[in-house]
Amino acid sequence: MKARTLSRHFRESFKSLARNSWMTFASASAVTVTLLLVGVFVMIMMNLNKVADDLEKDVEIKVLVELTADEAMIAQLDEKINAVEGVGSVVYSTKEAELEDLIKDFGKNMGLSEQNNPLRAAFYVKATDPLDTEAVAKKINRIENVYSVEYGEMQIKKLFSFLDLSRNVGLGLILALLFTAMFLISNTIRITIVARGREIEIMKLVGATNWFVRIPFILEGMWIGILGAILPMTLVSVLYYNLFNAAQPYLKGEMFELLPLTPFLYQVNGLILVMGIFIGVWGSFMSVRKFLRV
Amino acid sequence: MISMKNVYKKYPNGIVAANGINVEIKQGEFVYVVGPSGAGKSTFIKMMYREERPTSGDLIVNGINMAKLQSKRVPYLRRQIGVVFQDFKLLPRLNVYENVAFALEVIEETPKVIRKRVMEVLDLVGLKHKARMFPTELSGGEQQRVSIARSIVNVPKVVIADEPTGNLDPETSWDIMNLFEEINRRGTTIVMATHNKEIVNTMRHRVIAVEGGLIVRDEHGGEYGYES
Repeated sequence: MKARTLSRHFRESFKSLARNSWMTFASASAVTVTLLLVGVFVMIMMNLNKVADDLEKDVEIKVLVELTADEAMIAQLDEKINAVEGVGSVVYSTKEAELEDLIKDFGKNMGLSEQNNPLRAAFYVKATDPLDTEAVAKKINRIENVYSVEYGEMQIKKLFSFLDLSRNVGLGLILALLFTAMFLISNTIRITIVARGREIEIMKLVGATNWFVRIPFILEGMWIGILGAILPMTLVSVLYYNLFNAAQPYLKGEMFELLPLTPFLYQVNGLILVMGIFIGVWGSFMSVRKFLRV
Repeated sequence: MISMKNVYKKYPNGIVAANGINVEIKQGEFVYVVGPSGAGKSTFIKMMYREERPTSGDLIVNGINMAKLQSKRVPYLRRQIGVVFQDFKLLPRLNVYENVAFALEVIEETPKVIRKRVMEVLDLVGLKHKARMFPTELSGGEQQRVSIARSIVNVPKVVIADEPTGNLDPETSWDIMNLFEEINRRGTTIVMATHNKEIVNTMRHRVIAVEGGLIVRDEHGGEYGYES
């Protein structure tokens, strides 16, 4: 195709947008509504994922050591824990350190002191894959000189299954939403094209190739997609910016955080734009298809 | 120029519209195709610009065999022939100039050539002064002139016209016919399906009569031969 033909197609697509201004508005609105829903949804889903990841990473096993264990035995225990399959990191904490932590958390007025320390030394173990936590904990429990292991059994199980479920449901919803959007837009564009079916027929009778007919329509779909993406991009950005700034002070030092603004907003906006263009182009392509058989 | 050998056409509903047609049309000829409604006249015409495809047989236009032509090659064939329709088939959103220019944009002609050629043919059909008007603002005769201008703008060897005067009053019809005469004088082959007895009997040319999917009469300078 020659450059001037391409520029002709661009001119045609703009002309068509202007001459069918109401249809342009209707199609772009349909894109806007869908992309807004998808955008907000993606925003929630990605953050939920982040929270899930943060929480998962924070899951650790507290291994309490027998009171009778001396230093050599503890060193041996350290080695054995490290040798357990699936163990990521192991941090040792003496009974004195444990006491300090406790005092830090609850204050001095509990009658606890170095001379009267009821606590046990402990290992803090993280599994390489958080989902293996339970299996790792059980293996460690069998090692000599281990008094007990704590890892919040039921809570972890529930958390993991909840996160898994919400991720799958979210993904399913996004896909369903996208599918609906495509139908919606394809139909809107089809209405404009039905009115222009005769034009397409004439173009073909005069000797236009399929691509010559198709390209202006596809470009038109692309513009509609871009027009439809502007509002969702703006709204999602403003919404997330405010949400992030409002929530951040409260989440400081907590186990999880929201996704930082800079890469995230670019990603979401890029996604919305690409989806808008894709929906518009695909919708036009599908709608023109049936009129090209002359 | 145009050659049909044992052309047979059967529609999916079982109707046989061409039942072994053999005909030769030479470069520069002016041919009327006549016959009662539903006799296969329209199919005869439509097969020439490949709106319909022969079921079997050979149909050669300008060296291309239509029966074997791949669908994706059809646009290139249509650029070599001009087609004029009873209902004009103008693009409603484009003005007169743009409608005619479209046939040249399709073949990626330069803007300079497009301007020149379009103004030339609009001058020939006498519509230069209405170049900026839209089809709905024109009379039927004027619309048909635009359609004729579009059909000849890329200088085809043959113009195929399907009842070009069918929607026009008698006086306008004569103007349109004079235009076709002029185009034919310049060397373009013209194949025209028509119901207009008066025209066929006055502007004498070769007449091909089609009935029941067969050519029943083929004579040079013939008459219309039906009561209209």
